[in-house]
Amino acid sequence: MAGAPRLAAVENAASHKVHARLEGVTRVYPPRAGHGEVHALGPISFDLRAGEFFSVVGPSGCGKSTLLDVLAGLAMPSAGTVEFEGKPVRGEVPEGVGVVFQEDASFPWLTVEDNVSFGLRRAGVDAAESKRRVDFAIGFMGLRDFSRAYPSQLSGGMRQRVCIARTLVMQPRLILLDEPFGALDQQTRLLMGDELLRLWRETSATVLLITHALDEANLLSDRIGVMSARPGRFLEIVETGWPRDRDSRLAERPDFGAVTARLWSYLRGESLRAMGQGTVAR
Amino acid sequence: MSKAGWIRTILLVGAVGALELACRTGAIAPTMVTAPSKMVTTLVETLRSDEIGMHLQHTLSAVAIAMSIAIVGGFVIGFVLNWVPFLRRAFSPFLAAYYAIPHFAFYPLLIVIFGLGPVPLIVLATLFAMVAMILATMAGLDRVPRVLLKTARIHRLSLVEEIWRVRLPAAAPHILSGLKLAVAYSFIGVIAGEFILSTSGIGHEIAFAYDNFDNPRMYALILFVLGIVTLFNMMVFAWERRMLRRRGA
Repeated sequence: MAGAPRLAAVENAASHKVHARLEGVTRVYPPRAGHGEVHALGPISFDLRAGEFFSVVGPSGCGKSTLLDVLAGLAMPSAGTVEFEGKPVRGEVPEGVGVVFQEDASFPWLTVEDNVSFGLRRAGVDAAESKRRVDFAIGFMGLRDFSRAYPSQLSGGMRQRVCIARTLVMQPRLILLDEPFGALDQQTRLLMGDELLRLWRETSATVLLITHALDEANLLSDRIGVMSARPGRFLEIVETGWPRDRDSRLAERPDFGAVTARLWSYLRGESLRAMGQGTVAR
Repeated sequence: MSKAGWIRTILLVGAVGALELACRTGAIAPTMVTAPSKMVTTLVETLRSDEIGMHLQHTLSAVAIAMSIAIVGGFVIGFVLNWVPFLRRAFSPFLAAYYAIPHFAFYPLLIVIFGLGPVPLIVLATLFAMVAMILATMAGLDRVPRVLLKTARIHRLSLVEEIWRVRLPAAAPHILSGLKLAVAYSFIGVIAGEFILSTSGIGHEIAFAYDNFDNPRMYALILFVLGIVTLFNMMVFAWERRMLRRRGA
């Protein structure tokens, strides 16, 4: 058991395909009343490998969300280039990218079913295929009994499932998650983490997760990018070497704690620095 | 019936009953207030006469026109002001101070401009009602959560789709409350205008009865206006409830 994950990691390393690439990306916010220019991010350069689960951890205000926005095409980099599947990303979300946010992004005026199918009409998916995908996503996320309910009738965790299902039906090849479980309680987080792993395995999509929970990053990821305090840069990219077929029971392994400890050793100083900075969110 | 419903009913029946009693015993002189039962019988008589239909038609058509212009125009103006920040900055002080203006003081001016007839009434009621709709539309669009707009971008919606499928439904509850206000203000504008100066309409009939010391008729017509406005409000309210229930609210 102990030897197998290493082997898998080595095999993975041999077949790395670049799925998305950031090169010298920075993001600078122009000066506004109350503060001068804010250098939020970068320069950052890194490759997201096809099919990997990559997490980004870092002190609050370090530009994690900015990194995601730039990668998704929701924000333009101030300098540098972003590529997705070999094509440049410039201020527009490319087809094949799905994003789940920390805030509740379900549409309160639509039923769960209509929320989930929201993007399919625009994508030109025909009715039969739409129905098949929506059925699958609703079943996959355990929303079968709530398909005709409205978001206001659901708990926060359930609404986040709706948003994940809505992303899932679009069959994204790259899924970006911006602290999707940030507002949930610890037990729900663990369960949602397992579901995320299941989703990742079964869709073979590339996943990038922004989180501030080190254990969560450790448990879910193949690689973890540790970011510095603002302006955010990668201090280190940690390879976990966990088997692809993993779940929350991974935390029982003796070597699990060592990875978390390593992440914290990089982050401790940065978190202290970030606290001193008086963070400006986004 | 719910507890609140019972309290409401008892309050209403009690108040009407007390008034009836006070009028019958002479505690309140008939030159001041007529008994509710008399109001109703006079109203029935009044409604049987055919001229009241004409007045009703004048009033309701003026309200309908003012309401439509206020709602459509208010929505469009609110939307544009929300979309174009510099226009909004230019106009927002006026909008903020708008309801401090005694609109009815301008009614004589409107009569001078448009002549005595339905036009100055419609203009008055429209001016009175439209700004509520503008303000509500702007407030609703301001409060569309940013994350929903981001979601629209992720689904690669065009601008028109984003507005139609995300912005407007998200702003709908606010816009609806503006619509309710516009309906109420249109009624107030037209009837109050008629009361001040007009040759026809329910408001004019009330004023006419008042000038002629025809108390029973005056109260009957006031009761009638109350009935119409309540009915209309209940219709809008029921419609709103149905829309909001679709959100599981």
